[in-house]
Amino acid sequence: MLEVDERTPPLVVHEGDSFRLEEFPLGTRVVYSPEMTPGIPDVEGAIRDALLKPVDDDPLPSQLFPGMRLTIAFDDISLPLPQMRAPDIRQRVLEQVLEMAAAAGVDDVELISANALHRRLTEAELKHIVGERVFRSFFRDGKLYNFDAEDKENVKHLGQTEKGEDVEISKRAAESDLLVYVNVNIVPMDGGHKSVAIGLASYNSLRHHHNSHTMVHSRSFMDKDHSAMHSSAWRMGRLVGEHVKVFQIETTLNSHSFPKPYDFLNRREWEWSIRDQGKVLAARRGLAVAPPAMRRKIFQGVRAPYALTGINAGAVEPVHDRTLDRVFRQQATEVDGQSDVLVLGVPFICPYNVNSVMNPILAACMGLGYMFNSYRGKPLVRKDGAVLLYHPVPYEFNQLHHPSYVDFFEEVLAESTDPATIEAKYEEQYATDPWYIHLYRTSHAYHGVHPFYMWYWIAHALDHVGEVVWIGGDRRAVRRMGHRSASTLPDALEMVSDTVGSSPSITYMHHPPMTMADVR
Amino acid sequence: MMLALELYRSLPRYVASKVVTKRLSGVSAGALTPLRLVNKDEPRVPRVPGWARVRPRLSGICGSDLGALYGGTSRYFSALVSMPFVPGHEVVGDLVDDCGDLPAGTRVVIDPVLTCAARGVESCESCAAGRTNRCDRVTVGHVSPGLQTGYCADTGGGWGGQLVAHSSQLHPVPDTLDDRQAVLVEPLACAVHTALRAQVPEGASVLVVGSGAVGLLTTLALRQLTPAGSLTVVAKHPAQRELARRFGASDVLAPSDVIGGVRRTTRAMRLDPEHDSPYLLGGVDITVDAAGSAHSLATALRTVRAGGKVVLSAMPPAGTDLSPVWFRELEVVGTYASAREEQLDGTTRSAFDIAMELAGSAPLTGLVGDAYPLHRWREALDHASSAGRLGTVKVAFDLRSKS
Ligand SMILES: [Zn+2]
Ligand SMILES: [Zn+2]
Repeated sequence: MLEVDERTPPLVVHEGDSFRLEEFPLGTRVVYSPEMTPGIPDVEGAIRDALLKPVDDDPLPSQLFPGMRLTIAFDDISLPLPQMRAPDIRQRVLEQVLEMAAAAGVDDVELISANALHRRLTEAELKHIVGERVFRSFFRDGKLYNFDAEDKENVKHLGQTEKGEDVEISKRAAESDLLVYVNVNIVPMDGGHKSVAIGLASYNSLRHHHNSHTMVHSRSFMDKDHSAMHSSAWRMGRLVGEHVKVFQIETTLNSHSFPKPYDFLNRREWEWSIRDQGKVLAARRGLAVAPPAMRRKIFQGVRAPYALTGINAGAVEPVHDRTLDRVFRQQATEVDGQSDVLVLGVPFICPYNVNSVMNPILAACMGLGYMFNSYRGKPLVRKDGAVLLYHPVPYEFNQLHHPSYVDFFEEVLAESTDPATIEAKYEEQYATDPWYIHLYRTSHAYHGVHPFYMWYWIAHALDHVGEVVWIGGDRRAVRRMGHRSASTLPDALEMVSDTVGSSPSITYMHHPPMTMADVR
Repeated sequence: MMLALELYRSLPRYVASKVVTKRLSGVSAGALTPLRLVNKDEPRVPRVPGWARVRPRLSGICGSDLGALYGGTSRYFSALVSMPFVPGHEVVGDLVDDCGDLPAGTRVVIDPVLTCAARGVESCESCAAGRTNRCDRVTVGHVSPGLQTGYCADTGGGWGGQLVAHSSQLHPVPDTLDDRQAVLVEPLACAVHTALRAQVPEGASVLVVGSGAVGLLTTLALRQLTPAGSLTVVAKHPAQRELARRFGASDVLAPSDVIGGVRRTTRAMRLDPEHDSPYLLGGVDITVDAAGSAHSLATALRTVRAGGKVVLSAMPPAGTDLSPVWFRELEVVGTYASAREEQLDGTTRSAFDIAMELAGSAPLTGLVGDAYPLHRWREALDHASSAGRLGTVKVAFDLRSKS
């Protein structure tokens, strides 16, 4: 953590497909991610070790036998962000798992992208994750595919949890002798029972925890023990475990998000060399003159040089505990108390706009869902305080990926922004709309209900804070969401002064990379 | 002599010149409008029984008037009018002479269609059947060609100090209606005709595209006279949205959200053709084009379900892509003016009688905004052209006002 004083240089603030250098008021607290953890030098060896010496489980080869049904599910393109430079860690894990399966004479293998209600990945996207060899061996035969939550023939109802939650997942996965899950953990929300119980689940199952009530009671999503969503996923995951043996493989990455020439973004501003400062100026000048489509292309093209920091395999729960340890070691920063104002720079990407536009709902989800919830203990901003977000919030939607988002923005938010109200009135209609279902199944569209989930995601933040102001945000789009927009930081502070006073305490959380605040 | 606005250029010539005016801004196009304020002789009463003089009190400006003035009208109509004429067919006025059983001084509204009865010729088949709006004789007989009062050189029109009308056109106004309600009876009669012509089955879903006067009154008539189920109205401006609801719309959609909104409620499939606007497979049972623009008609054709009905209640634009009519086997229904004999609940009544009754009970107050004296005609037409944006439904001339 750093406190802004006279010698503090202007700080990088992300704002969509660009970033700015902002002078913060003296005394502003700046929360940085911890130093980058070094990567494991021998990745192949670490993977082999994890598979041969799993946690609370038998070595993977001993669980493989001829004639068995083996299903391997893996995290979809929503992770990691930005996408990983090839080879993706999932490819390296998959190749070893498949080698062991081949050695054991297993020939009934299917690979499923665990995209739940996310959009189907394109061939190129699948190929990037699993690698050329795996793609070529499985895709043409239909043995490598996207999960289809609306394929009623191929989802299976496994029963209800003790709280009456329906558990319904991929039939192939549920009826396998072994289900191997290959995960990438970039935030502590992911992994554990969330992998199978959510990644391979249908709407019928997801609606039990992806609703406004559960989401407002998840404090935070990044703290599984205080997340109602996670409690539900854990109940479901245990029930899944009664039907199918799950071999969980979880990997953690360091925070090396930006390659050259943007590698200065990985460093703290006062550590910038003269060279870095030159790159900053060049990048800012380049982005300033580039048309929006090109700026987007530049950023969407970023492939991160992450390094593997850990891999654990075996029984879901102990594996996940170890994963969380490592994620927090990379991301957790202690913060002393809450402040009146929280400032967030919303970057160009979130889990749901990879290779696409970050529409207003996704910008809100990234800022008020992911970034606001990056805490353990209590939020960085006090109850009824203000959140200031930097993002242009373009009034723009991608029809291919987000068709129901357009309608949600035009129809639902025009009527109400209250999550419980819109859930009661519209969710069912959107979730069962045949057109959205058709686009989800056959095109590359998020499921009709997905924008609702994004909106519920921000329910806790909306419930907690008194003011949301977007700096540089499109006024029409921001107003539709019930928020306000300002053009500069001083203007925004002026606007919220009725709520937080004229000299509020301010915390700026420096993202990306992701940081988890342990607020004391 | 009387003061009147006169459309003086020949329509064919004008239609040719509209190509030019289209490229100009609204203001300069207005200056080229072939309309002038003149002092001219009052129209003469034909020397046959049944005709009388009427002194207009209020006279509305209709969308079709604006079409004729600003060049939206098809050449088709050039054979149906005689020049120069005094426009204005939405008229409430006072009878100057006794006429049939109506004594001089009676306040009347006018059914503008100049049918066989008015022309003094033997009834054509349509007139004989009470479908007076389909008359085949609108160019012959005692008066010059003109499908309606307001398009005929001999009768005068509502935008002048005096006109002549035939007893078949006159409808006395009850004292319970004030002038501003009464001036809406003619457009309301057209809306009544549209609603009945649509033959809406029980519970059918209907979409009305447009919420100017035609759209709003059609909405009212559909809600009051038919068993329509969901009644969705496309409205651009806040005042229109509110009125549409007041007149019985169950749902109001912004123009930008029509395809999306109809798709969602009818659970239709949406297609986006290349270099063309999107359309639906599936959609509502009946759509009504109440705006008469290329865009509104395309919307009506593209949001109706296969085998559904498209009702043209406003004057349609020239040159429309009829692919959906063919591919979706649509029924296209035109509705022009109103008929002397309409079928409602098993009885036969004139659309004007039904409209008169509706006008008495419907929330019409405030619909007629400012009424302009004739000499402020440029202002009036300008106001009428952007009425929706300005929150006005109907702009009218006040023929008794001097300022
Ligand atoms: Zn008219
Ligand atoms: Zn006739």
